[in-house]
Amino acid sequence: MDFNLTEERSMLRDTLSRFLADKYDHEARRKLITSGKAYDTEIFAGLAELGVLGALFSEDQGGFGGAGFDLSVVFEELGRAGVIEPVLPAVLTGGLLADAGHDDLVGEIIAGAQIVALAQGEAAARYDLNHVETSVADGVLSGVKTHVLNGAQAQSFVVSARESGAVDDEDGISLFLVPVGASGVTVVDHINTDGTSAATVRFEGVAVDDTMRIGVAGSGFAALEAAVARALCAICADAVGAMEAAKALTIDYLKERKQFGIPIGKFQALQHRMADMLIEVEQARSAVINLAGNLEQPRDIRERHVSAAKNLIGRVGALVAEECIQMHGGIGMTDEYALSHFARRLTMIDHLFGDVDHHLARFIALKAA
Amino acid sequence: MDLSYTEEEQAFRAEVRDWLKDTLPRDLSEKVRLGKRLGKADVELWHSLLNERGWLAPNWPRAYGGCEWNAVQRHIYEEEACLAHAPRNLPFGLSMLAPVLMAFGSEEQRQTFLPRILNGEDWWCQGYSEPGAGSDLAAVKTRAVREGDEYVVNGQKTWTTLGQHANWIFCLVRTDPDAKKQEGISFLLIDMNTPGVTVRPIVLIDGEAEVNEVFFDNVRVPVENLVGEENKGWTYAKYLLTHERTNIAGVGFSTAALDTLKQVAEQVKSGGRPLAQDPLFAARMAQVEIDLMAMATTNLRVVSAAAKGQAPGAESSMLKVKGTVIRQELTSLLRRAVGPDAMPFQSDFLNGGDNVEAMGPEHAAAAAPNYFNMRKLSIFGGSNEVQRTIITKAILGL
Repeated sequence: MDFNLTEERSMLRDTLSRFLADKYDHEARRKLITSGKAYDTEIFAGLAELGVLGALFSEDQGGFGGAGFDLSVVFEELGRAGVIEPVLPAVLTGGLLADAGHDDLVGEIIAGAQIVALAQGEAAARYDLNHVETSVADGVLSGVKTHVLNGAQAQSFVVSARESGAVDDEDGISLFLVPVGASGVTVVDHINTDGTSAATVRFEGVAVDDTMRIGVAGSGFAALEAAVARALCAICADAVGAMEAAKALTIDYLKERKQFGIPIGKFQALQHRMADMLIEVEQARSAVINLAGNLEQPRDIRERHVSAAKNLIGRVGALVAEECIQMHGGIGMTDEYALSHFARRLTMIDHLFGDVDHHLARFIALKAA
Repeated sequence: MDLSYTEEEQAFRAEVRDWLKDTLPRDLSEKVRLGKRLGKADVELWHSLLNERGWLAPNWPRAYGGCEWNAVQRHIYEEEACLAHAPRNLPFGLSMLAPVLMAFGSEEQRQTFLPRILNGEDWWCQGYSEPGAGSDLAAVKTRAVREGDEYVVNGQKTWTTLGQHANWIFCLVRTDPDAKKQEGISFLLIDMNTPGVTVRPIVLIDGEAEVNEVFFDNVRVPVENLVGEENKGWTYAKYLLTHERTNIAGVGFSTAALDTLKQVAEQVKSGGRPLAQDPLFAARMAQVEIDLMAMATTNLRVVSAAAKGQAPGAESSMLKVKGTVIRQELTSLLRRAVGPDAMPFQSDFLNGGDNVEAMGPEHAAAAAPNYFNMRKLSIFGGSNEVQRTIITKAILGL
């Protein structure tokens, strides 16, 4: 048992942290979002150059990391800086593509030259990966995918589609790699509350063939679930980074802001709430460690940690967002102040791949099974 | 980062488990499992079995008869001992007084008292709290006045856990009433059989007299029983508290309590199905289990950092608050799980009288008393509010 980072991961963390401290801030992110751009291409290229994308893949896949703790180290730093650039799609689809032998495409993802988005969500699916109405029949793909992260910035999609079975069956789901330019694909872009970008993607009579299928026909669910597990590890670490940033802003503010002639941090009513928040953030960090350390375990163990972590992160995320705003008072609600970004991000993370209740119910079901 | 146990650690776990299976008397583990009250003889028997194996003092150096286990070994032992329903080790001599004697006591004190803690000759209790000194411990008023080769002690201690069994008490006493309040305190060892010492039990909310008041009326204590220097007692007291907190998270206790809760929730029927399948109750259990999974890792992070030489300072305050919140929640859930069977007050059954059968299921008898007893967790050892203030000052710098 060892809770220290390896030398390589410490170096990666420090390099990434310095890069973001130099190049990334709230004001720049605000301007970017206001300008209508989904992300800063120079920053994204810089992240690729630093090896941030390569760290998400194993050596076999062409990267130099790929373990749970590589994901958690990278994404905690991204979360701490509030990065909205499209790094998460690499986790969502990269492993699926690597397993299917798309080595060249993975190479381009690692270089930051290609974005492949996961087109998985559907209007009636809520958080259930197995709920797939989008279908492939007689070589034709039809359906509407919602909340496709960076869908409008991607050059292609990994699409979950049903080839057989009922709408909620795990069996019968296949994954297809579909280029954005394929005939019958329509992409409608939008901005999320937390500044990230997503799209609704319509597939209307899109011709697909066996070469576009990733993995075995009808057996895509397990791979999809594993890919989302890795993404949730990244997302939970992102949340811990955002919690740390929000916490640091609030501690500074409690020391600076004076009311009734003294810093508000001298008031015990606020001190004890801050102490409780600190304890919960450490719990969130432990939950990410548990998940990262069990990501390579057999499915049942892995998924138990996925749901435990996402449940706890959702609860602590809400606590941190709400308490930090409250302790700041009005200033904490202004768009101009960086806390607003972290509060929005933490809150929206609960809506990403299953919220507190979804994962609590899932944790119970996984144990009963 | 590596969450796996090494082969040596796995072998150690197996060794502990086997030993517990072979050694822990069945009637004793049943008492613990059912939350029955343990008598003096129960605790002394358990200590003697551990001592025979050389495992009574995990945190002591080998030179004094300890095991020098590292943080992971202690964690493994605690987890296994709790899951086997072993009695808890009495902390007063083993993990409170002993580290203080090793650090600040005289050679003679170490030679006299340490072996007697191991062999069970002495039962120590803690003379810290007073009616006017709870969270504000430095407000102690019990006076010790030097007269020749003796101190004359007058005053009162309270909340003295298991003081009714003890033959020795370590006390914080005021030796200089004119100094600043932290500076006039001394650390004194007092033989409970000395004339003028009176112990009076306090019956608590759970119906048991686990704690006592201890009165000192002109009690004459030889000056050799002063630990360290006069008026430096506050330093030693603080040192003691950091050691008291090494197992403060109580992960082993919570792991065992969760295990029991799950079993009970499978046995108890609600609406024609096991309570464990009731969505509301299942959700409450799952949430505390998720908190405990994270807590276990938080605990290991802190103790393994401590093992590398970083003293567990304010981090142990975090462990205390979260650990006690989880333990209390588990006792609350068990009380609710047993339903109406929580209501009968079954003192005779809990006292382990022969041929006394439980009214209703055995697992229900201690549910309410244990729930009430465990309210102490967030009060003693520095209340959770005191811990939050420590975190505020030491970690947050507010």
